Amino acid sequence: MTVLKHELRQGRTSFWIWTGVIGVMLSVCVFLYTEVRGEMDAVTDLFSSFGSFTAAFGMDRLNFGSLQGFYAIECGSILGLGGAFYAAITAVNMLSKEESNKTADFLLTHPISRRRILSEKLLAVFVQLTLMNVIIFVMSVLSIVVIGESVPWTEIILLHLAYYLLQMEIAGICYGISAFVRRGSVGIGLGIAVLLYFLNLISNLTESASFLKYFTPFAYCDGADITTFKRLDVGLLAIGALVCLLGISVAWYKYSRKDIA
Amino acid sequence: MEAIRTDKLTKYYGKARGIIDLSLSVEEGEFFGFIGPNGAGKSTTIRTLLGLLSPTSGAASVFGMDIVREKEGILRRVGYLPSEAFFYPKMRVRDLLKFSADLRKTDCSAEAARLCERLQLDTERKIDELSFGNRKKAAIVCALQSKPNLLILDEPTGGLDPLMQREFFDILRERNRDGATIFFSSHVLSEVQRNCSRAAVIRQGKIIACDSVSGLSEASAKRVTVHGLVDLSRLDGVKDKQEGLNSVSFLYSGDMPHLLGCLTAGQITDLTIAEPDLEEVFLHFYEEEADQ
Repeated sequence: MTVLKHELRQGRTSFWIWTGVIGVMLSVCVFLYTEVRGEMDAVTDLFSSFGSFTAAFGMDRLNFGSLQGFYAIECGSILGLGGAFYAAITAVNMLSKEESNKTADFLLTHPISRRRILSEKLLAVFVQLTLMNVIIFVMSVLSIVVIGESVPWTEIILLHLAYYLLQMEIAGICYGISAFVRRGSVGIGLGIAVLLYFLNLISNLTESASFLKYFTPFAYCDGADITTFKRLDVGLLAIGALVCLLGISVAWYKYSRKDIA
Repeated sequence: MEAIRTDKLTKYYGKARGIIDLSLSVEEGEFFGFIGPNGAGKSTTIRTLLGLLSPTSGAASVFGMDIVREKEGILRRVGYLPSEAFFYPKMRVRDLLKFSADLRKTDCSAEAARLCERLQLDTERKIDELSFGNRKKAAIVCALQSKPNLLILDEPTGGLDPLMQREFFDILRERNRDGATIFFSSHVLSEVQRNCSRAAVIRQGKIIACDSVSGLSEASAKRVTVHGLVDLSRLDGVKDKQEGLNSVSFLYSGDMPHLLGCLTAGQITDLTIAEPDLEEVFLHFYEEEADQ
């Protein structure tokens, strides 16, 4: 587990910055809820009058006045985008950074197989994502307790679980890409995260674009669906799991026979 | 047993040439030089042996282990010093050496300390604070600390000052005496001439000569310097002709009686026929190729 340990140490700073920023932002939003609670009915009315843009963010079906509704929207933007970015950057860099920083020669001329490196690096991505989600979840729950609201356990667990799986899926895709690129990987990773986010917004806009939900993991993170039905869409999750595995397999296939020039 | 054996090893990068039909054999315990200009294929050969590149065709083995199938076994016994060493910039030298040792699942701390002492490398420094030369020293310690049976060194002396170069070659010779095989690529011929027992010359991806260093210097060529008047126009095998005031100097690889006949026909006042140094042989090989 030498490589895993090494990766966790190398990624330490980035991990704490992202975890800190996302966790603190979420907590701040929860604290804001006490301020805006009373005015929320008016806000809900206001937001529901934006037509299809209201639908894009799921605000037609969410009650902004309730903690669940408020949290689902906040969660959507902060944990959704923040987590997706972190997952994308970490995974897309994981293999490619050895070549862009020219450390691949050093690492790959030690008696350790490429498959082993692939597994430990992938594990490093998943360990960091898991740890980040646990910390953020705890911070969130604590903030809800602090403001004196009762914790909507089912909704909040499902929401955080959905976003955790979304990060895994994006990480899987980006890990696959990481095996191919040598430089400029961060741009590609962020691009993919943003693209997937917008695909979901578009799929919510009109019925004719709703097929797009099969192409983006943000679809199974829809706060309105989760708080309404109190379950995750297993079909969409299955597609996500397949895409994730596909990304990882591609990384395996490519990296285990790649020429390090 | 052969430390390195390649059999028609070929590597193309797409359509670009790397190495072509390279056949080479290095015995265990040899101090072997691998000479060639930049872009000749030295690094390609080394990187293929180390499994960083997969061969297009042909085969190669290190200590009898196949470079494609038994990569890990090979790397366990090989220390590699790249021509330009890059490490994780935020790491301390100490942690880097430990990381390298951990990847080999061995404890090399005693040997690492000894090497750092000899090369005067401060292990508390961070990699990104190191000068090029000090980074090279860190790379040397990484390559040597596990006491590998085979050392593969790619242009190892670049960036080291003369004193350090001497220390470095002292260490290499000690390792060689203790039984380690050393394979090192270079375009500095004096280095090869001073240290190696055998050498191969590579040009444009092909081995154009492989012999003992003394044999290579002898090759067939002699450096002939003539003072006086002599007509060389009918002589074949003349290269690198330099005309001075009433004198001419050239590399000769043709028939000896012809040369003597030609010299006696002229009016010469002085004559030297000497072994060319490797530098000249090296140039001579290039010119031969360029002429074709």
